[in-house]
Amino acid sequence: MDRAEVDAKIREIAEPFNKKGVTITEDTSFQNDLEFDSLTVMDFVAEIEDEFDIIISMNQQAEIEKYGQLVDAVTKMQAD
Amino acid sequence: MSEGISQPDQPQTLEGHKGDKDLFSKFDDIIAMRQGLLDSGVEDPFNLVMEKVLSPTRAICNGRETILLGTYNYMGMTFDPDVVEAGKQALADFGSGTTGSRVLNGTYQGHKDVEEALKDFYDMDHAMVFSTGYQANLGIISTIAGKGDYIVLDIDSHASIWDGCAMGNAEVVPFKHNDIEAMEKRLRRIPGDAGKLVILEGVYSMLGDVAPLKEMIAVAKKYGAMVLVDEAHSMGFIGENGRGVVESAGVIDDVDFIIGTFSKSVGTVGGFCVSNHPKFEIMRLVCRPYVFTASLPPSVVATACTSIRKLMHGSNKRAHLWENSKNLHKGLKDLGFQLGTEEPQSAIIAVIMPDLQQGAAMWEALIQNGLYVNLARPPATPANMTLLRCSLCAEHSEEEVGEILEIFEKSGKAVGII
Repeated sequence: MDRAEVDAKIREIAEPFNKKGVTITEDTSFQNDLEFDSLTVMDFVAEIEDEFDIIISMNQQAEIEKYGQLVDAVTKMQAD
Repeated sequence: MSEGISQPDQPQTLEGHKGDKDLFSKFDDIIAMRQGLLDSGVEDPFNLVMEKVLSPTRAICNGRETILLGTYNYMGMTFDPDVVEAGKQALADFGSGTTGSRVLNGTYQGHKDVEEALKDFYDMDHAMVFSTGYQANLGIISTIAGKGDYIVLDIDSHASIWDGCAMGNAEVVPFKHNDIEAMEKRLRRIPGDAGKLVILEGVYSMLGDVAPLKEMIAVAKKYGAMVLVDEAHSMGFIGENGRGVVESAGVIDDVDFIIGTFSKSVGTVGGFCVSNHPKFEIMRLVCRPYVFTASLPPSVVATACTSIRKLMHGSNKRAHLWENSKNLHKGLKDLGFQLGTEEPQSAIIAVIMPDLQQGAAMWEALIQNGLYVNLARPPATPANMTLLRCSLCAEHSEEEVGEILEIFEKSGKAVGII
C-alpha cells in the first residue's frame, strides 16, 4: 500500500473518533486538535493495528503527535 | 488502576507553560479542578484524618465514629493479637529500623523468615521482599523487560506496573481490559525472537472484577511469553489456599511471577515477588528498586511473617468475607444502586455514581452518617466513571453489613441517587 492508500484508510478509521468533525490535515494534532484521551487513543490505535496487521507500541506512539506522522509511520511499518 | 486522585495510572506528560510562569504552572488545571470541588462546599474526600483507630472496621474520622468500608484490610489482621505481639517483640529485640539495603546490612533474620513464610504460603521456590508493593512491580518489571523486549499488558493496569514498564524501556503494548482476543492479536504480531512479558492482575481494584486468567495465560504461553500476575487484591481469600485468582483458575503452575503486597490482607506494609524460575535469586543483585533502598523495619517483617502464617489457616475468615461481599452486593443492588460487576467477584464492590458532583455529594452524606468508602474519580477510573468503592473486611459482622446498607439507603435518598 502506498502512502495515499494508507492515508485514505486511516482517515476512514479516524472518522467515528472525530466527534467534533475537525478537518484533518497533515498537521492536525491528536491531543490538541482532536482531543483524544488515552482510552480513545487505545481504541483508535487498536483499529489501525488490526487493519494493517502491525504493532504501534506506546513508545512509538509517543513519537507521533500529528496526523501526518502517523501516516508516515504506518506506511513504513506495513511495508516492512 | 488505583487510587490516583487527580492523575491516571498510565503516566502522562503535562505541558509546561512558556513565559512568565514557573515549573508548577503545569499543575494549574489540576489545582483549579480541586478548588472547584471544594468551593461547592463538600467535605474534602481526599483529606480525611483518622484520629483514632478502634479496630480493623472502626475509626474516629474527622471527629465521628465511622465504619471503615474503604480500606484494604480484607482479612482484618491489623489488630490480631499474635501479629501485634510479634511486632512488639521484634521492636524490642532488633530495634526500630535496619538503616540499610537488603544487600548490605539490611537483611535480618526477620527478612529471611518472612521470605520463608511466603515460599510456604505460595508453595514456590523463591520469594523476594521489597519495601512496598509499588517497588515490587517497579523492580521486577523494569529489571526483566528491557530495551528491545515487549511487554503486553491490560490497559487498566496499576500505576506501579506502568511505571515499571517506563523505567525498563521495553516496548509497551497495551490491550483492552480483559479482552483475550485483543491480547492474542498483539502477541501474534510481536517478532518471534523478541523477549515477551505479559502482565495481568488477578483482581482489578477499581471495579473489583476478576481477569479470565485461565484463557489469557494459555494464550500467553502459546506465544512463548513469560507471565507476571499481580495478586495484590486477592491474597488470603481467593483460591483454596488464598494464593489468588491464579489458584482459583487452576493456572498457578503456568505463572512465572506473582507480585503481592503486605499492605492489604497481610495488614502491614511491604511488597514481594514469588517465582519458581531457577535463576530468580540473581534479581537480588540486579534489581535497582530492591538494592538502592532501605529494607523494611524488623517489626514490619515480624508482623508480616506472623500474619502470612495465620492466613494459611484462615478458611473461616475467608468464608465470612465472601458472605459479606455477597450480602453487600445483593443489598446495594436491591436498593437500586448501579454496581461495577453483575455478581460479586472479589472483596471490592464498586458503586457507580452518575457524575463527580453527585459522587462527591454521596461520599459526603455517607461520611456524615458514619461510613467511610473510597471515592474514585476520573482520570484514575475506567471509562472515566465516578465510583464509590467499598472494600469489605472479614471482621465486618453481619449486623455491620446491615448497618452499612441502612446508611447507603438513607444517604442515597438524601442525595437523590436512588
